[in-house]
Amino acid sequence: MITFTINDQKVTAKKGWTVLETAREYGIEIPTLCHHPAVKPSGACRLCMVELKEKNWSKLVASCIYPVAEGINVYTETPRVHNVRRWILEMLLASCPASPEISALAQAHGVVSTRFKIHDPSQTCMICGLCQRICEEVVGLSAIAVVDRGVHKKVGSPFMRPTDVCVACGCCLTVCPTGAMKDIFDTVRGEPKMPLTQLAM
Amino acid sequence: MHDHALAEQSDALRLRSLDDLNRLRKQILDKRDPDQPEIVVCHGTGCLANGSADVSAAIRSALDASGIEAKVVPGIKTTGCQGFCSHGPLVVIRPRGIFYQKVKPKDAKEIIEKTIVQGDVVKRLLYKNPTDGEKILHEQDIPFYKRQTRVVLHNIGKIDPTDISDTIASGGYQALAKALTTMTPEQVVQEIETSGLRGRGGAGFPTGRKWRSALTAIEKKGRPVYVVVNGDEGDPGAFMDRTIMEGDPHAVLEGLILGAYALGANQGYLYVRAEYPLAIKHLTIAMEQARAYGLLGDNILNSGFSFDARINRGAGAFVCGESTALFTSIEGNPGNPRPKYVRSVEEGLWGRPTVLNNVETWANIPLIVNKGGDWYAKIGVPHSTGTKVFSLVGKVNNVGLVEVPMGVPLSTIVEDIGGGVPGGAPFKAVQTGGPSGGCIPYELKDTPVDFDSLTKAGSMMGSGAMIVMDNRDCVVDVGRYFLRFLEEESCGKCMPCRLGLSRMREILDNFSEGKGSEKDIEDLLSLSKAIQDSALCALGSSAPNPVLTTLKYFKDEYLAHVTRQKCPAGVCKNLITYSIDPELCTGCTSCAKQCPVGCIEGEKKKPHAIDTGLCIRCGICMDTCKFNAVNVI
Ligand SMILES: Cc1cc2nc3c(=O)[nH]c(=O)nc-3n(C[C@H](O)[C@H](O)[C@H](O)COP(=O)(O)O)c2cc1C
Ligand code: SF4
Ligand code: SF4
Ligand code: SF4
Ligand code: SF4
Ligand code: SF4
Ligand code: FES
Ligand code: FES
Repeated sequence: MITFTINDQKVTAKKGWTVLETAREYGIEIPTLCHHPAVKPSGACRLCMVELKEKNWSKLVASCIYPVAEGINVYTETPRVHNVRRWILEMLLASCPASPEISALAQAHGVVSTRFKIHDPSQTCMICGLCQRICEEVVGLSAIAVVDRGVHKKVGSPFMRPTDVCVACGCCLTVCPTGAMKDIFDTVRGEPKMPLTQLAM
Repeated sequence: MHDHALAEQSDALRLRSLDDLNRLRKQILDKRDPDQPEIVVCHGTGCLANGSADVSAAIRSALDASGIEAKVVPGIKTTGCQGFCSHGPLVVIRPRGIFYQKVKPKDAKEIIEKTIVQGDVVKRLLYKNPTDGEKILHEQDIPFYKRQTRVVLHNIGKIDPTDISDTIASGGYQALAKALTTMTPEQVVQEIETSGLRGRGGAGFPTGRKWRSALTAIEKKGRPVYVVVNGDEGDPGAFMDRTIMEGDPHAVLEGLILGAYALGANQGYLYVRAEYPLAIKHLTIAMEQARAYGLLGDNILNSGFSFDARINRGAGAFVCGESTALFTSIEGNPGNPRPKYVRSVEEGLWGRPTVLNNVETWANIPLIVNKGGDWYAKIGVPHSTGTKVFSLVGKVNNVGLVEVPMGVPLSTIVEDIGGGVPGGAPFKAVQTGGPSGGCIPYELKDTPVDFDSLTKAGSMMGSGAMIVMDNRDCVVDVGRYFLRFLEEESCGKCMPCRLGLSRMREILDNFSEGKGSEKDIEDLLSLSKAIQDSALCALGSSAPNPVLTTLKYFKDEYLAHVTRQKCPAGVCKNLITYSIDPELCTGCTSCAKQCPVGCIEGEKKKPHAIDTGLCIRCGICMDTCKFNAVNVI
């Protein structure tokens, strides 16, 4: 057993646990978007950042991948943590303006408007890659691909050509945190023999 | 005859001991007459671009025509970049060290007839000292070279990088032979620790400590362990690693083999960006030759130690220089950084303990093993030992490659060696450390250039690119440039980097258009902090640096953009107006003839004027006017 503190509260965790797992065990809320217990953590959304403190030293780490260690002091609601969350949510509001899930999450953290220009009012996908990871790691297929890099990054089918690899299990639809897979799904599958988007409804 | 061919003749190419190596070295040196002239032509990328291949071909035919070739051994030699690229193509006549610059193919005949045959100098090809107009005869007397300490670069410009005999003659592989025959792996590690060498790839992590923690990891996890060369060099304006790989590939290879010996690795990788075909070619040749001589591969120098290496071509993504992305890329996957809180000395390539070092770091290793860690630690300053190679670009007279001891003042590099800003004005700032570094203003020109002092100034060493800026460079524009570069180069995996860098750039775009407020500057600071705190890898977390340092040192210039809608440097198009000074204008009409929109009016020989409403701010009038009558504000 490993003992450490979260928000000055003493907690114990099993070796190999992450900070996020431990926090959830104790009912301590840390917001996440790209985390899903069924797949390996990827650390993409950075919403789950928490602050580690040690005397004068401190740093932020992603709780969904940070392994617990004896004696660390974790804080989930510091000014630095809030600053990160606020900016990520503000930026997500501007890049996924059509996603009710993102709006609700932002609102829950007090972010109701964004200072940034909206380039595509219909966008919902935040390119977190969770759908791709589920399809690959859980379903065992690679019907979804994240292509390109940087600002050009997109989620779609491999080589952006409709794929017939998909077995229509619907996993990607259920895990998508923003509701975007509903919109993308039929393009991933090309011309589906039967439309499956209602699976997520 | 080629020395290489000579060695081939001797019954066994394979060296079996230190004695063998020394014998070969003596043999090569004995064949050479130290007094016979050698014509050295720079074939570095800069000189090649200026036509040095034609120059060496012309010299070759002039030599053939003169019928004296037999006397010149080995005739002409082509080398890697000699650093003084802005004056290329360079030709040096050794052993006298006569330095010719800006040589054209048509100069070849004269060089042969005058310098080689008669021993005279072709004066017009000599370097002219801009301060006193004196012509300088010898390489070592040119201010650009005089103030340098060429340790890592000592071979470049002297050896033919494609001929191992040259390397061996100049002492190459002595360190390897010494280590394999007289030192334990532990002693090699200790020597590196003593040297105080810090990694040249950017962060300045102590190399000895990295190797030591790899040994600790090996104790826990066992072997295999890997050694890897980071030859990705993605910083805009940086070319020191390329120069070393192209100009002295055996130095990198020898360093790597020494590291492998110290750590007990049997396999290594050289990750070189695909845009560096010449570096890849020279490293490939070097590895083939080293294998043939028994310096690489099975049972090196009959010591029982075996090690081999292979080259991986990087796909040319900046982020692939980041350690975990580099490993992912070597493993055959897209080069995305891995979200790990485990260090690569514990879990690197294929999840095994791995030591990744930069090209220049590896090239330092043989020097340290040869001359000792104590010798090395005496160069430079206490916490930044040794020398550092910088590439000097931008608004500076002597664009090129410079090596100095750590800790020299910034002004020594930019003003003494670099010759300062063209036109003689003081520089405005020097951007160090590439896209993740920062700008150091003129007031801090005495800052010692070492890891800690640069960090203290808000910048960093980075790979060693230095971009000199003058008062025609706008800090907002500089910030936009680096953000634009990084937003394209980001792997896009994590949100603060993928979303944040574009958004920062949008705020700066507004500034350059005269839109924005002081609140935006606050937002910029706070968003920068969020990105620094939360990005997954160092690309994102260091990306705000150029903006943060320019905000620190040039806040006024930002404020001029947002509160007065002015660009003091005269760069941001929407914020500038051109005007003609009637006092200086002679009415020559050249500007009016050149103006693409015809908005300059005036009678001949009378002052002209610009209709600013029509002016598209192209700046052509300013470039055209010989009387400095056109102003921009
Ligand atoms: C985005 C990014 C790009 C990098 N690019 C390079 C590079 O091109 N070459 C390099 O040697 N190190 C680069 N680094 C640093 C390496 O990750 C690593 O720290 C270095 O190669 C270690 O070698 P050293 O200890 O000899 O400096 C980069 C780091 C980051 C975050
Ligand atoms: S579709 Fe959903 S799960 Fe997939 S990348 Fe977009 S937001 Fe993430
Ligand atoms: S529905 Fe298709 S794309 Fe989605 S997870 Fe299942 S197989 Fe993969
Ligand atoms: S910081 Fe940028 S480059 Fe690094 S992992 Fe995140 S998106 Fe990729
Ligand atoms: S800046 Fe260009 S458009 Fe304007 S006056 Fe000069 S030449 Fe004409
Ligand atoms: S080029 Fe210069 S001097 Fe000639 S008319 Fe234009 S502003 Fe006047
Ligand atoms: S939940 Fe941890 S980074 Fe997304
Ligand atoms: S390429 Fe010749 S000096 Fe740099």
